[in-house]
Amino acid sequence: MEAFLANFNVVIDGFSWTIRLTAISAVFSFALGIVLTAMRVSPVPLLRLMASVYVEAVRNTPLTLVLLFCGLGLNSALGLSFAESVEWNVYWLAVLGLSAYTACFVSEALRSGVNTIPFGQIEAARSLGLTFMQNMRLIVLPQALRSVIGPLGSVLIALTKNTTVASVAGLGVQEASREMKLMFDQGVVPVLPTFIGFAIGFLVLCLPMGWIFGTLSKRMAVAR
Amino acid sequence: MRARTLSTTVAGAAALALALTACGGGGGGDQADDGTITIGVKYDQPGLGLEEGSGQPAGFDVDVATYIAGELGYEPDQIEWTEAASANRETFLQQGTVDMVVATYSITDERKQLVDFAGPYYVAQQDILVQAENEDVAAAEDLEGRTLCSASGSRSAETITETMGIGAELRETQNYSECLQLLTDGQVDAVTTDNTILAGYAAQQAGEFKLLGLEMQEERYGVGLPKGSTERCEEVNAAIAQMYEDGSAEEFLNANFGEAEFEYSTEQPEADGCA
Repeated sequence: MEAFLANFNVVIDGFSWTIRLTAISAVFSFALGIVLTAMRVSPVPLLRLMASVYVEAVRNTPLTLVLLFCGLGLNSALGLSFAESVEWNVYWLAVLGLSAYTACFVSEALRSGVNTIPFGQIEAARSLGLTFMQNMRLIVLPQALRSVIGPLGSVLIALTKNTTVASVAGLGVQEASREMKLMFDQGVVPVLPTFIGFAIGFLVLCLPMGWIFGTLSKRMAVAR
Repeated sequence: MRARTLSTTVAGAAALALALTACGGGGGGDQADDGTITIGVKYDQPGLGLEEGSGQPAGFDVDVATYIAGELGYEPDQIEWTEAASANRETFLQQGTVDMVVATYSITDERKQLVDFAGPYYVAQQDILVQAENEDVAAAEDLEGRTLCSASGSRSAETITETMGIGAELRETQNYSECLQLLTDGQVDAVTTDNTILAGYAAQQAGEFKLLGLEMQEERYGVGLPKGSTERCEEVNAAIAQMYEDGSAEEFLNANFGEAEFEYSTEQPEADGCA
């Protein structure tokens, strides 16, 4: 355990990148998820089709492939770059992949939330003369969001753990699991305590998330 | 009641799994007795050890391992190949999963505390690979401000960025195939690691890349043996000497790296001696 603790600054550095990946991807995937949900329940058939195709295609593709596509496809073959420095370029490519992937799950969670709203409410809103956007913003999304806080917490936890793929899939983003593998490769640390140490690190990140989202979902539940 | 039945089943399955792994670990050590030898090689390293379907690897390491096994009295059909990744080579030797590791396994003092080494059978040099038409990079110093690719966990990049203090940006990938892809597409300017590994990739796509022929850092490839196998180590060293004497080493090098315009050394590296 001493060898693991001696490398503690490396561990902290790794987790700081895990948090950066998670936080920014969470924001983007939430935004994209809302857009996708709005498209899927919109009155325009083409929008519904596009959103469904996107969600089904990306949701059913392994994350490793999505990120490999970002690294070797978008970046290497097509020359897409987000930043001058390699470190930030691969970071943003990873955020792109993680957001594109996670948005599908956000969208599916939100859509199930939308389905909990009695249809009469939406009809009533329409009969009052609210447009689709007003209907979404004032009636549907506030209630849908409140009913899916719990599931969204699970999505966030999954995203946190999914960031570990970003270091392996053609990108080499710094994050916690990469630091762990580096420590093994250098042979400086015993395997079992290191595994347990990093697992505890993820617990420390994810347990409060689950707790906060659980509490929130109870507090914010829509009373019907 | 139902929950209890389920948990009993799970516990039973877990116990069974434990028992099975225990058997696997214990039975591995005496594989030599039944007339076979288990050798760990790389399965993903062109030119050194690359699996080409049906569990049969090919490459320089594989040729060397086959030769050594031959000198130890094992026919090629008595060799059982196992994939040894960089991260599990020590564990494989310690647990007796393999009898020998020939997998671009550099001899270092840290590793010597865990396993024994025979050899070295080849001394690789860290080198730099660039696109064939690249005229701008001729030495490590030219990488200042350029992008360098290296596999995660490799010390090669640190030699350039830290030991030599050259300000190159580092792109890390999971393996060198990805680096080569990035190099082909021009996302990185150079790839660095052992010249043998680079030559293995360059030989796959002859004419696409060129090695700069630098000698930046020695990597002395040894034959990994379980701790305390001094006798076996002496035998392996004799086999390596024999391999260089009868010209087999040159033949293996030429067969695996001939396409890459790689100036390999055909002299036997000085053996370390067995502890």
